[in-house]
Amino acid sequence: MNLTLLILLPLITAIAILLVKNATQVKWVALAGASAQFILAIVLLFAFNKERANGNVSQMLFELQYKWFPAWNISFHIGIDGISVAMILLTAFVVVAGVLVSWNITDKTKEFYFLLILLSLGAYGFFISLDLFILFFFLEIAVIPKYLLIGIWGSGKKEYAANKLALMLMGGSALVLVGMLGLYFSSSLKSFDLMVLSKLHIPTEVQKICFPLLFVGFGVFGALFPFHTWVPDGHSSAPTAGSMFLAGISMKLGSYGCLRVAISLMPEGAMQYANIIIVLSSIAILYGAFATMMQKDLKYINAYSSVSHCGLIFLGLGMLTKTAMTGAVMQMVSHGLMTALFFAVIGMIYERTHTKQVNEMGGLLKVMPFITTVLFIAGLCSLGLPGLSGFVSEMTIFVGSWEHTDTFHRIATIAACMSIVVTAVYILRAIGQTAMGPLKAGYENLQDARWNEKLAAIVLLIGIVAIGFAPFWLTDLINPATELIMQKISIIK
Amino acid sequence: MNDLFTLMKSELLVTAIIFILLFLKIGKGIQNDKLLTIIQFLLLLNLVFGFFFNEEGSLFGGMFYTNALIVFQKNVLNLGVLLISMLFANWFKKSEHMPEFFMLMLSALLGMFLMISSGNFLLFYLSLELATIPVAAMVNFDLEKRISSEAAMKMILSSAFSSGILLFGISLIYGITGTISFTEMPALLHQSPLMIIVFVFLFAAFAFKLSIVPFHLWTADVYEGAPFAATSFLSVISKGSVAFIFMATLYKVFQPMLGLWYNMMMLLSIATMIIGNLFALRQQSIKRFLAFSSIAQVGFILVGMSSNSTSGTAAVVYFILIYTFSNLAAFGVAAAIAYQTGKEKIDDYKGLYQTNPFLSWVMALALFSLAGIPPTAGFFGKLFLITSGASKANYFFITIAALNMIVSLYYYLKVVRAIFMDKNEQAIEKINIHPTTKFALLLCAAGVIFVGIFSWIYDYIQSLA
Repeated sequence: MNLTLLILLPLITAIAILLVKNATQVKWVALAGASAQFILAIVLLFAFNKERANGNVSQMLFELQYKWFPAWNISFHIGIDGISVAMILLTAFVVVAGVLVSWNITDKTKEFYFLLILLSLGAYGFFISLDLFILFFFLEIAVIPKYLLIGIWGSGKKEYAANKLALMLMGGSALVLVGMLGLYFSSSLKSFDLMVLSKLHIPTEVQKICFPLLFVGFGVFGALFPFHTWVPDGHSSAPTAGSMFLAGISMKLGSYGCLRVAISLMPEGAMQYANIIIVLSSIAILYGAFATMMQKDLKYINAYSSVSHCGLIFLGLGMLTKTAMTGAVMQMVSHGLMTALFFAVIGMIYERTHTKQVNEMGGLLKVMPFITTVLFIAGLCSLGLPGLSGFVSEMTIFVGSWEHTDTFHRIATIAACMSIVVTAVYILRAIGQTAMGPLKAGYENLQDARWNEKLAAIVLLIGIVAIGFAPFWLTDLINPATELIMQKISIIK
Repeated sequence: MNDLFTLMKSELLVTAIIFILLFLKIGKGIQNDKLLTIIQFLLLLNLVFGFFFNEEGSLFGGMFYTNALIVFQKNVLNLGVLLISMLFANWFKKSEHMPEFFMLMLSALLGMFLMISSGNFLLFYLSLELATIPVAAMVNFDLEKRISSEAAMKMILSSAFSSGILLFGISLIYGITGTISFTEMPALLHQSPLMIIVFVFLFAAFAFKLSIVPFHLWTADVYEGAPFAATSFLSVISKGSVAFIFMATLYKVFQPMLGLWYNMMMLLSIATMIIGNLFALRQQSIKRFLAFSSIAQVGFILVGMSSNSTSGTAAVVYFILIYTFSNLAAFGVAAAIAYQTGKEKIDDYKGLYQTNPFLSWVMALALFSLAGIPPTAGFFGKLFLITSGASKANYFFITIAALNMIVSLYYYLKVVRAIFMDKNEQAIEKINIHPTTKFALLLCAAGVIFVGIFSWIYDYIQSLA
């Protein structure tokens, strides 16, 4: 299968959006493009599994390499392993849902969908890049669409949030840039190619400097504590689809980068800094959970809980065991789907009640059964109910963390586990206040979900349930890839 | 004789155009409208001819030297002048003295051509003056505005001062080495204290022209007072040409003093980036804003220049090509707005997107390119500058450069925010864009998007370097 299709399709969709005339056509073109991409992602999954079943054990499949700026030894090198496939699937799910949810956008529809598709283009490109240069290129492509989406279509303190997000992410990419150049000049080969670099032994001194640069740089994108501060503002000010993309896809760019670039290229650096990562992520998990307790605004609740959940991803990465790492990747997918669903539902509720404050709502179950049911499912997934994706991934991370027998890791694991209790408290409270109880006055005539909203929710629900009930297809996809990374680490151990 | 025509073809063509303009002016009878079309056509021919007969060679006993890279640099400058002639069509048409403006501009261009081709300090000095004095007259071209004359006065005084320093440096270096030829000099250089002083003098003169901090103080005032056409010529063509010759002298002539100039370069580059960025943060006038942003951009050019390698040369030339497109696009949009409404403040741009989506997108693309955001070409330009700078493994320097990109993003986004996000009851009305201006803006936008993605452009430059 030709992977360039994954980039070309959004590009064609984006251009088509610019060319068509009215808003209705724009929406349908965007939906057609997103659906085609969705089908492509599913086909990719099967093609990938088939290739693996046929005994192809090379690390990356469907590799393609075109010369691009040969003077700098840069090539347009793309390819996928199981982790990339999982992330591409996640992106495809969220993009379709995001396009559907935004059906009611009336202000500058064309620009909105254009930026949305451009954002997805950046994500797809990022997940299939095997060259640091194009990885960086796609990472930064996504920054401006985010800025404009929040700044133009957002609500609340949107300009502040958009600025904060753009500058912090730019700061993150500045660190990535320096780290990347450090790797480039570390060997006489002068290569940005991930496959070439992973075969080299990068000198320990270089790893000591470049690992933190790259990890923190990508960590800013993935809400690594204490660089998470753009998350609450950005998420809560963004339009619905914007929040879904931000939390569902963009934050995963960061954690994926940490894994793919920082950890797998520099295992020694990872060993050295693992404890710091664990401490930071444990703080993020607990701090995020407790901060969520204090929030009254549904979007802020989900944003802070995202900080907590993304902390779990970093915890899984920092543990440097195979199980925990697989769990971290699963958590990326699971959190992406779950949080996108959450934001979608919040958007639907806000559109009807015109408030995001939990205490101003009540009894919504009576008037909009579908929306509130979905809210329940998203919430339960967030607090880790068995049968939904959240449970599987968090459990895997904890099991992987428990493999370390020393006190430090034990304490971190227990602290992280404790966050689940806190999560249950704030989720149940928020959902309870919103959906249960007597119906507040003025909400009697609210409509339940329309077809597009139902479809969006169902798409994401399918993903969540599919992972929750049958996690094996996902673990089987991810495991070989994490095993390769762990091999490099265990050699050093 | 044939050599003279092929090697000096760029200079001869520009001279020919100046003469044609002179005759047309004396002949009178031609309307500005038609004359502008003729000029644009001539400049287009000039640009096209630039791509033929590229030969390496020297003339007049090594005084004049050219090769494929230098011809390419001249083509970049030609392209910039052509774009300027199109972007400010409205202003040119109304101007009483349009032919004179072009004669001055082309004389300055001729000076720049000779300057980047110069093989010794004599021709270098003469052509530098030829490249400066007409520009001062151009700056003074808004004849009814006092601020314009003030700017011209400032410019002529400060450049006279820097020329004085330059001449003093040249006379000392002639005294030390007994030669003014670029090729003979490197063997005779040595690190004596006197030599260091000489070098500092020469460096300062270049720094004046490039507005490197702390020699940047004239820049903002001159940019603000000058008419848009002159401002953009100053900030793109003039800067570009000085950057080319600066790089050539550093790499060729002062190679033996590499350690010295690397350190100076690094310090000044850091200062330039930081000061340029910090001052740009607080500007309200779009011209001053672009002035400080262009100061910061020069800081980035120095990062690439400091690498002292062919990849550095290629990166600088490539960046200036991109900078030509992006900066001219920004000036073009600002000029189109200022010409019709007289508004030059960033606050006036609030809500521009509601009324002028085309101008807004061109401006946004230009600013993203200046900020170095993909997929615009500026991303590639800046990245390659930083990558070549990083080849010295000086991570302190590179980190500061990378962090400066964040600061610059902040103020570029300020303009984007005003255009796209802020609501304004009294937004700027619909601007009537002249067809040629629109075409030029589209060209710039296309350049901003495609010069980066089409990697063969960089490969071509690299093959010349």
